[in-house]
Amino acid sequence: MLFRSSAVRLRFALQEGLQVIVRGRLTVYEPRGEYQIVLDMVEPKGIGALQLAFEQLKERLATEGLFDQDRKKSIPAFPRTVGVVTSLTGAAIRDILAVLRRRWPTLQILIAPVQVQGESAGRQIAEALTALNNLGSVDVIIVGRGGGSLEDLWSFNEEIVVRAIAASHVPVVSAVGHEIDVTLADFVADLRAPTPSAAAEAVVPVLAEIVERLRELTVRLGQVMLRQCAFERQRLDAGIRGVTDVRFRLQEAAQRTDDMVDRLREMVQQLLAAGRERVHGVQRNLSGLNPILAIKQGLATVPQLSKRLEGQMGVMLVQHRHRIHATLAQLNTLSPLAILGRGYSILQTVPAGQILHRANDVRVGQELEAQLASGRLSCTVTQVFNDSSV
Amino acid sequence: MAAVKFEQAMARLEAIVGELEKSDLPLDESLKIFEEGIRLSKNCLKILEEAEHKVEVLVQDKNGKKRIHAYSPDDAADEPSS
Repeated sequence: MLFRSSAVRLRFALQEGLQVIVRGRLTVYEPRGEYQIVLDMVEPKGIGALQLAFEQLKERLATEGLFDQDRKKSIPAFPRTVGVVTSLTGAAIRDILAVLRRRWPTLQILIAPVQVQGESAGRQIAEALTALNNLGSVDVIIVGRGGGSLEDLWSFNEEIVVRAIAASHVPVVSAVGHEIDVTLADFVADLRAPTPSAAAEAVVPVLAEIVERLRELTVRLGQVMLRQCAFERQRLDAGIRGVTDVRFRLQEAAQRTDDMVDRLREMVQQLLAAGRERVHGVQRNLSGLNPILAIKQGLATVPQLSKRLEGQMGVMLVQHRHRIHATLAQLNTLSPLAILGRGYSILQTVPAGQILHRANDVRVGQELEAQLASGRLSCTVTQVFNDSSV
Repeated sequence: MAAVKFEQAMARLEAIVGELEKSDLPLDESLKIFEEGIRLSKNCLKILEEAEHKVEVLVQDKNGKKRIHAYSPDDAADEPSS
């Protein structure tokens, strides 16, 4: 018996009459006393051997590094010639041709027809890959076939095929069977497509899209150039405006400079004139202060002054002379000599010379001298009279 | 190979458009790569237009030599379609 949990893991449907190899545990169902085999593995008879071969080859080639990711070549974006290794009669070639023609109508396609199942299929596929490589004009190769049983697809698990794909210089896209079928060719190919149609799609872009892309790029190229030209034109215009502006401003500045120079010159002239005037003034003042002039003037006044002085002196002399004369006359009138002239005499003691005013001041017998207007007399007192009556 | 040439031409054209659209190139530089872009664009279009659809078959003649023939879809069947 097979439990449901194990049954769902089977990759194939169990059918009446199918020969299978099973593995399981032998048990006894006690309530009924029956023997049972509880199965944990069911395999169609014969397939198990292929599967084993597949696993063993896969492991060996993997160890060699044939499936390594870094061996894989990139698929060209725009192949011109696509090589196809498949049968001419299968659905695969029809699908591939249809897709290729639809997507890229001008594509060159080179078919290397091979048997895709049977004894010689593997060798044929390998030879076709080599032949397409040798042509040198093929950009990418699709190798594959339509769906089939595991045995039908077996050629794509053969070592000769795997090694031919690995040796190809031209990138290889594998497309074997349906999506669920996985062969060693898929592992070694540069790209694995789930179906032949998908391989054709993977190999060429849609021409119309590329033409559109090219057109769009060309349009953008022109637009962006026009835009830059317009921009540069604007900059140029601005530059020209700027230059004109600068020239105008320069003229203006030159004019202003001229004006200023004129004004400056005028001012300098005025300043110079004023300065000159001041210098003259000062010179004038200075020459006024020149001592020589003063001296000259002074010298000139000296004779005047001396003349005036002389005049003055003359006047003064005359005046003084008159005054002296008057004083002398006055003196003359007061002079005792003048009195004596009128008959008077002066008595003086001898030898004291005291002028006598009173008679009592002399004694009888005393020697006296009388001064007359002319000459003197020596006299002796003989009598003294008191002049009480006088 | 023509395919590589076309691919490179397209890539270069894209790069040129991208570079011009960044618009930080001096005018003479821009004009130079613009001309290159126009040339590339024409070449690309020429490659696309020149190519003609051709399906051929690589066959082995009786002497074992490989020959290329034009493909006609009614060749003998060796595999039932599935």
